Amino acid sequence: MKTLDVRGLSCPEPVLRARRAIAGLAAGEDLEVLVETATARENVLRAARSMGCAVEIEDRAGGYRLLVRPAKGNSLQ
Amino acid sequence: MRPGFFASRWGIVLAGISIGAVAALLQKLGNPANMGVCVACFQRDIAGALGLHRAAVAQYLRPEIPGFVLGSLAAALAFREFRPRGGSAPLARFLLGGFAMIGALVFLGCPWRALLRLAGGDLSALLGLAGLVFGIAIGVRFLRSGYSLGRSLPARAAVGWIFPLFMTGIVLLIAFRPAFIFSSETGPGSLHAPVLASLAAGLLIGALAQRSRFCTMGAVRDLFVARDLHLFSGVAALLVTAFLVNVIAGQFQAGFRAQPVAHSNHLWSFLGMTLAGLAFTLAGGCPGRQLFMAGEGDGDAGLFALGMISAAAFAHNFGLAGAPDKIVEGVVQVGGPAVPGQVAVLLGLVVCVALGFAMRERWEESEAALQRAGTGTGARRGTGMGAGTGMGTGTGTARMREAVDAARKGGSR
Repeated sequence: MKTLDVRGLSCPEPVLRARRAIAGLAAGEDLEVLVETATARENVLRAARSMGCAVEIEDRAGGYRLLVRPAKGNSLQ
Repeated sequence: MRPGFFASRWGIVLAGISIGAVAALLQKLGNPANMGVCVACFQRDIAGALGLHRAAVAQYLRPEIPGFVLGSLAAALAFREFRPRGGSAPLARFLLGGFAMIGALVFLGCPWRALLRLAGGDLSALLGLAGLVFGIAIGVRFLRSGYSLGRSLPARAAVGWIFPLFMTGIVLLIAFRPAFIFSSETGPGSLHAPVLASLAAGLLIGALAQRSRFCTMGAVRDLFVARDLHLFSGVAALLVTAFLVNVIAGQFQAGFRAQPVAHSNHLWSFLGMTLAGLAFTLAGGCPGRQLFMAGEGDGDAGLFALGMISAAAFAHNFGLAGAPDKIVEGVVQVGGPAVPGQVAVLLGLVVCVALGFAMRERWEESEAALQRAGTGTGARRGTGMGAGTGMGTGTGTARMREAVDAARKGGSR
């Protein structure tokens, strides 16, 4: 699983970086995204869903952890 | 906490409808025409009331501005989203706030007012909106090429409270009206809704915007960045609602020239808002959004707002702001900025473009740092958020963040 830490970055950098990281995932690979604010959480959630991924959200101290799972057989390129 | 109703499409639309309706009603209650809400104009009026500039027609402690910040603060506290933070290129943000204000005052309005001007029939606002979109497009090019002001870090609670307390001070000045506060007797600064209506409207908008993440610049930016219509649907709802309320209230008058507190010098409307749009994009939010983030504890956003207030003072002290169109003996005299304002806009564009180039970082290097760090979050799970997996400004920042988080958890406050 890849990890992307976008905590502390201004809008829309978390989304830009998450989109790029999702597009670069190998087949079957998941992505963990660490965000700080609720705004970044929602923005990354929307971006990942629009790319056909399932997302689980977990509250963490100092932010949120998003587990992004691309749908099987779904081309993200 | 899971994303709630306001994170949904209907949530942001409801926020847009509420803001559009409240803004148009504030005009009915006494705010200047097509200026129910204008973050730039209202901060400029506050700068004048504090005596930072002496333009006699633009001095009034607008309660809407502290309302925005304190409404956002209340919502952030209620939903456990108040996060004191700061330290992401503060001086650059101050500068961006300053040039954003100069661009907005050359046009005569922030993005919110550009929408409200259009909703009131002021077609010259279209040129400002076109400039705004152009400026955002330039900013998005920089973002795509790796532009970043760097990461903010969690800060002690005091950092998050400074700007809301400053705004509380403005509310106290409004309540007690000490003699040193300036107050316009003519012009737009003299036109205002009743204080309690303005404050209540500000608090409501602040809370709604904090929950929905309403951002006029973000609405356009997200279209470019991700073809994401979410924020745009809120802005469209604001425009349509303000238009409908204006028509019902008899506040709609279509035309390009001699519109209220506006000029039809189209080139400088376009260029002024190009500067504002670029500066907002490079700083990560429109002026309203910066106030809402300041209410959530973002000290950098507070500094952006202080940059705007400072530049408003410069803008009037140095004659940079656009002059409204005038009607002299039945003939329209086109207003706009004088030469100093034109120079300031061009200087601002040069500075913003230079920052755009200077603040780029290579994502490839960031990704290499990620690879070197491996996927070590499992090993560090016990310490909260995974650290040492930093992507972006490098693992040094991630380590520093971990230290700050640990210190805060250790009860060193």
